[in-house]
Amino acid sequence: MTYFIDRRANAKHKSAVNRQRFLDRYRTHIKRSVEEAVNRRSITDMERGEKVSIPSRDISEPVFQHGPGGRRSIVAPGNKEFVEGDRLRRPGGGSGGDGAGEGGASNQGEGMDEFAFTLSREEFLDFVFDGLELPHLERKALVDLDEVRRVRAGVSKEGVPARINIVRSMREAQARRIAMRAPIRRALREATEALAEEERKDPVLRNPARISELKVEIERLKKRLETVPFIDTYDLRYNNLIDQPQPSSKAVMFCVMDVSGSMTQAHKDIAKRFFLLLYLFLERNYDKVELVFVRHHTAAKEVDEEEFFYSRETGGTIVSSALTLVDEIIEARYPPGQWNLYVAQASDGDNWDDDSITCRELLVERLMPRLQYFTYVEITPHAHQALWEEYERVEAEYDERFAMRQIVEAGDIYPVFRELFKRRIAST
Amino acid sequence: MTRRKPIATGSDWNFDILHAFEEEIARLADEYRLDTYPNQIEVITTEQMMDAYASVGMPVGYHHWSFGKQFLAVEQAYRRGQMGLAYELVINSDPCIAYLMEENTLMMQVLVMAHACYGHNSFFKGNYLFRTWTDASSIVDYLVFARKYISECEERHGVAAVEQLLDACHALQNYGVDRYKRPSPVSAAEEARRQTEREAHLQAQVNTLWRTIPGRPRDDILPGMADEEDPLGLHEGGRYPPEPQENLLYFIEKNAPLLAPWQREVVRIVRKLAQYFYPQRQTQVMNEGWATFWHYTLMNRLYEEGLVDEGLMLEFLQSHTAVVNQPAFDSGYFSGINPYALGFAIFTDLRRICEAPTEEDRQWFPDSAGGDWRETLEFAMKNFKDESFIQQFLSPKVIRDLKLFMVVDDDQEEMLEVAAIHDERGYRRIRESLATQYALAVREPNIQVYAADIRGDRSLTLRHVQDSRRPLARSVYPVIRHLHQLWGFPVRLESLHGEEVVRRYHWPLPEEERRD
Repeated sequence: MTYFIDRRANAKHKSAVNRQRFLDRYRTHIKRSVEEAVNRRSITDMERGEKVSIPSRDISEPVFQHGPGGRRSIVAPGNKEFVEGDRLRRPGGGSGGDGAGEGGASNQGEGMDEFAFTLSREEFLDFVFDGLELPHLERKALVDLDEVRRVRAGVSKEGVPARINIVRSMREAQARRIAMRAPIRRALREATEALAEEERKDPVLRNPARISELKVEIERLKKRLETVPFIDTYDLRYNNLIDQPQPSSKAVMFCVMDVSGSMTQAHKDIAKRFFLLLYLFLERNYDKVELVFVRHHTAAKEVDEEEFFYSRETGGTIVSSALTLVDEIIEARYPPGQWNLYVAQASDGDNWDDDSITCRELLVERLMPRLQYFTYVEITPHAHQALWEEYERVEAEYDERFAMRQIVEAGDIYPVFRELFKRRIAST
Repeated sequence: MTRRKPIATGSDWNFDILHAFEEEIARLADEYRLDTYPNQIEVITTEQMMDAYASVGMPVGYHHWSFGKQFLAVEQAYRRGQMGLAYELVINSDPCIAYLMEENTLMMQVLVMAHACYGHNSFFKGNYLFRTWTDASSIVDYLVFARKYISECEERHGVAAVEQLLDACHALQNYGVDRYKRPSPVSAAEEARRQTEREAHLQAQVNTLWRTIPGRPRDDILPGMADEEDPLGLHEGGRYPPEPQENLLYFIEKNAPLLAPWQREVVRIVRKLAQYFYPQRQTQVMNEGWATFWHYTLMNRLYEEGLVDEGLMLEFLQSHTAVVNQPAFDSGYFSGINPYALGFAIFTDLRRICEAPTEEDRQWFPDSAGGDWRETLEFAMKNFKDESFIQQFLSPKVIRDLKLFMVVDDDQEEMLEVAAIHDERGYRRIRESLATQYALAVREPNIQVYAADIRGDRSLTLRHVQDSRRPLARSVYPVIRHLHQLWGFPVRLESLHGEEVVRRYHWPLPEEERRD
């Protein structure tokens, strides 16, 4: 007796729970791999899975086993030239056999140094954000209202034939028909009853004039009933469209970073992480996100990502050079009416002393009025300098759209990021 | 024999074709008097096959990270193309569940049906180990119970606590089998009812055992030893347990002083499942050999009757040859003896011995030579496990064909010695040595519960009896740490060579060792 069952439609991913348990258990290992990947990858290239390796010994499941040593005999196939009594050197020089035979082969996964597997994209991002969700921002709060989109908005009495709402029109027509016919029907019923009463009377007592009058009246009413139109122009209803202000779906993110001698690679990695977060966040909110990389020491320059993060520079720092360049780029390529503009700046806080005031003026007068949001992260364990103080004044002025925080180590990034954006939610 | 029209040609299949083939295979199997459970053949996708693989073939499993690890490993290997997936997966249950992957070609489906649904299936039903130790009709039921119980525990006590406990049990699961008692079959409902009763009863027993107020720890006196310094006779009760116990998990379940009732039940679940897999660990060569022998025989019959065409047969032969290929020891592909190759060779040769015995065969197999091959094979399948099967049926011809040789590796000698090769003098030694190689008792260290110090410090002492001076691998420490977690008090392990203790392991580590 045999049954065939087609189970292909059944749920897959029966192992999903077990897989998740495994990932949870080796969270620290996986996080290390993910962190390396984050550092290695381009920040526009975060949304895919990642191969992760864990040393096998760390995830082995121990059982009692025989170790090397003692006396054992091994039977193996494929003898070519051996005869009884031959003596051979130990392969590999160590003790024990070469794993021939069952004794050594029983440990599953032995001989493989690394246990490798692939994280899915979601799992990867989960680890990037360490299981936390990106703050859910209301998009409205962050964008300009400068494009419109026509959206359905109920029904109206006016419109073009192409947008007739048939169901609503027919319903209106029926209501109107009922309303218009009711008094006619009532009159008709009364006339009919009067006629019947007249006709029930004795033929001598009948009033022939009244009867014919009633008959004419009935005839007239019946005609009126028929002339109530099935559908009329007042009945027509149209699907209404209105213009709704549409958030611009394009955003540009300026990454501004100090690359002067005082910024180490560690600083840059922290900055990169921060830019990455902002980028992922923007990408979820806009259809299109462009990145502009501006780096500066004493002079600012627009560069590509590779150069932005990895080329080395030395020298002093003039922050205003970068802000000026950003301003110029906005002027030239990103008219604020069409683009949502974001600036994320990272620096270690060093600046030419009297330049900080210039920066504040630039921000307050030129940039802030046009930007959606400006974030500044200062990566330093040290005390703040002039730039921070000047920026604090900007923040006071543009409380809603300017945010600044200090980051000391990589672990601070996420909390800082969330804090920067949390305030925005509260304010809307 | 009249040749009929092939049932189907090409590599595409559909359910009607599978049905038709299944009927033919069933008819032939019946001709050969193969006794099987009813078959439940499930067609599944690759993804589902990986799921099934990851849960060691259990159709329903409780959750544990190690299955996730298994899944990731299978997935990775499959994606990289290192592994042809699951040529067959069959579950020892009644009805016998076998999986067919939808990507398989028609040939593969027919082959898997012959191999799994008639080969393995009849083995599960016939072999004495499976008959004694597993209960095919209730296993799926029990798995359902286990999964439900463990997920309830996770809800009540937290995933971490359950996971830790399972880790510890898994480390010891090879030592969680009864070798001499047959477990009784129970259904899921029955099991759930009994489980509640058992909880209360078991705890009461444990309480009785540990009722004695622990005295001061006396390391100088071995438990059970009569001593002048023990005038009150606290240790006179003798050692507990009176006989060494080989089922560690059973001993833990019944005696561990600190386990909560639900923990005892989890130990029991792992133990029961280990018991279920116990026969499979001991019959790999036989089981695969038997199934391979039958798929080979049945496929050839299908071809002889004209039910499959030459194309399908060639594809089959190629696949079959790959399965029974045995790379030589010095080949890059060598990874131990291929159980399919060895088992297939022995069964095939056994048939030859019955049908066309030579003088040598008459000498070696006086009972089988010239006998009825079907009955001889049936007898071999039913009454042996790998160890005894090889001991009994490995013929000189198979030794010659596989060119088996035996090497002795002794750490007291500088060189390895070739002790026997495939010649007149070597056959018996090779046969014996290979049989031993498959004996569980030799493959796994012999470790038993020796004493639980019920009157003293409550420590647990295990004894490892060395086999040919082979020591324990370093994994012994993590394992006794797990054991300590279950037992709750110090755990000692003594390694014995003969009567002499040659090595002691402790957990927790004594102070002086910890400093190293």
